[in-house]
Amino acid sequence: MSAAPGHTLEPRWLKPVLITIALLFLAVFILLPLVTIFSQALSVNLQDYLAAALGYEGATPELPPLFASLGEGTSVYRAALSDAEVRAAIRLTLLTALICVPLNTFFGVLLAWAVARFEFRGKNFLVSLIELPFAISPVIAGLIFILIFGASGWLNMIPFGTQADGSTLTLYQWMDARNLKVVFAVPGIVLATLFVTFPFVARELIPLMQEMGKDDEEAALTLGASGWQLFFRVTLPNIKWGLLYGVILTNARAIGEFGAVAVVSGNVRGETTTMPLYIEILYGEYQFATAFAVASLLTLIALVTLVVKAVIEYLLQKQRTG
Amino acid sequence: MPAGKKFHFRQNRSQLPGFGLSLGLSVAYLSLLILLPLASLILFSMNLSWREFWTVVTDRRVLAAFRVSFGSTFLAATIDLFFGFVIAWVLARYQFFGKRLVDAVIDLPFAIPTAVTGIALATLFSGKGLVGGQLEAFAHWFNTAFSTQLSFNIAFSQAGIVVALMFIGMPFIVRTVQPVLEELDKEVEEAASSLGADFRHIFLRVIFPGILPALLTGFALAFARGLGEYGSVIFISSNAPYETEIVPLLIVMRLGEFNYEGASAIGVAMLACSFLLLLAINFLQTLARNRRSA
Repeated sequence: MSAAPGHTLEPRWLKPVLITIALLFLAVFILLPLVTIFSQALSVNLQDYLAAALGYEGATPELPPLFASLGEGTSVYRAALSDAEVRAAIRLTLLTALICVPLNTFFGVLLAWAVARFEFRGKNFLVSLIELPFAISPVIAGLIFILIFGASGWLNMIPFGTQADGSTLTLYQWMDARNLKVVFAVPGIVLATLFVTFPFVARELIPLMQEMGKDDEEAALTLGASGWQLFFRVTLPNIKWGLLYGVILTNARAIGEFGAVAVVSGNVRGETTTMPLYIEILYGEYQFATAFAVASLLTLIALVTLVVKAVIEYLLQKQRTG
Repeated sequence: MPAGKKFHFRQNRSQLPGFGLSLGLSVAYLSLLILLPLASLILFSMNLSWREFWTVVTDRRVLAAFRVSFGSTFLAATIDLFFGFVIAWVLARYQFFGKRLVDAVIDLPFAIPTAVTGIALATLFSGKGLVGGQLEAFAHWFNTAFSTQLSFNIAFSQAGIVVALMFIGMPFIVRTVQPVLEELDKEVEEAASSLGADFRHIFLRVIFPGILPALLTGFALAFARGLGEYGSVIFISSNAPYETEIVPLLIVMRLGEFNYEGASAIGVAMLACSFLLLLAINFLQTLARNRRSA
């Protein structure tokens, strides 16, 4: 095939103009935010340097050389990340991801198997339900769990015995007396995160499994494979890249979720603050260097996610053509 | 899907194991985690009478928040429509140095936590940021040169909300339009050209109608996501009631006041908007699919 003959129809100026527009847009909206995160994390305000270089009125005179400033910033960065509350936030975020990713992966695979391998009534309805957590605001995802488990929620309307004075004891009061908290505690954070991260694995696997068809699996069945053998020896090798893709997306969202978790967290420092929530607290307290230091860790995870995604897409394409 | 394959599917439907187990378990999980909680939201708002519900959602502050949310999201998605289209076009039709990298970073807004987006954009577009600083200097120059009192502040104004929502919405448009542009039949273009059509005609008569459903789908997806967005917006917005307060923030405010009924009523109103958008998206996707298979 000759090199895209259709292009010759376009006016010659179009290509450079459009590429320039696209790159400028991405420079402002992708590159500069990334530069901002890392420079702020290292306590270097690049705007001061730019203003000094361009000779603005009111530009800060006597800036230290960029290198010296970077060196000092690195020690601030290290100190920020060894702070006890930052560590607690990192631990809670990892714990949440550690619970949510396996659970949603397991049920996502089950759901994909049911949807992609069988015909049943209401299947289309079920498939659109999967997308629901993406369609609604994360704040609503948090709200619903408050309405169930909160102090004036449904749990406080369910009778669960009688109190000493003869009045009814509600389930909420019973749990509260035993210090069993769901919202404004870790279980609520996990529930809200489970809710918002549910769709990723299933929506990645369903089209992939439908596209692959079930000939391989049926052949294995005729050859006498058991159900589990079938899944682990035939299905899993076929869907592994798609599955991994779904898992890293689930992980990225579980680690980074803000809105839903902010609503149910209650922001008890060192106890119910995940990394994104702690960023908000630090930012509100004008501790910009520490806020951006935590943000830079999350950004690194996001960048790794993008790299893994690009590699997986490449492998999936090879699997399809090869 | 070709008809023969579908027939094949039907014929062998009951051979593979695990139907009851997989469907039963996953539907139970889905119901407990998603359906039941959502139903409880609607039930909770029913603690209010219809009149009370109406009073809550037509409160002046709530209406103002809806206006800010819808207005900013619409504007952001519209601007994204243009830039997203240009980026998709560039990625689908041109070869250039660094294209793979550009293609990979498009998804950054999907992967990066919204709180990180929020503080990064707020800093970048404030006076001490690389973009905000330039705008401030420009405003200073402009106002002295033409003796005006214009402000080019983006952070902490409604423009800031639009900027955050543009960041969040951009990949939706690129990723829905790009595959359609790649699939577009070059032969039709060439045939039109051999019949003497110039590029402008080919674009307007062949390319644009072909990608219109995808553009609209991307717009609707970006709009739906932007309407519910919370994390990135609250950092760059000044969150002033009636002016820069978005609906999700108002829900959080009501919860902070322990006004669960108020929060649930606003939540139900938002949920209704999301459902309508979901329906629109489904309709547009069906439209796009039909057009492609036709």
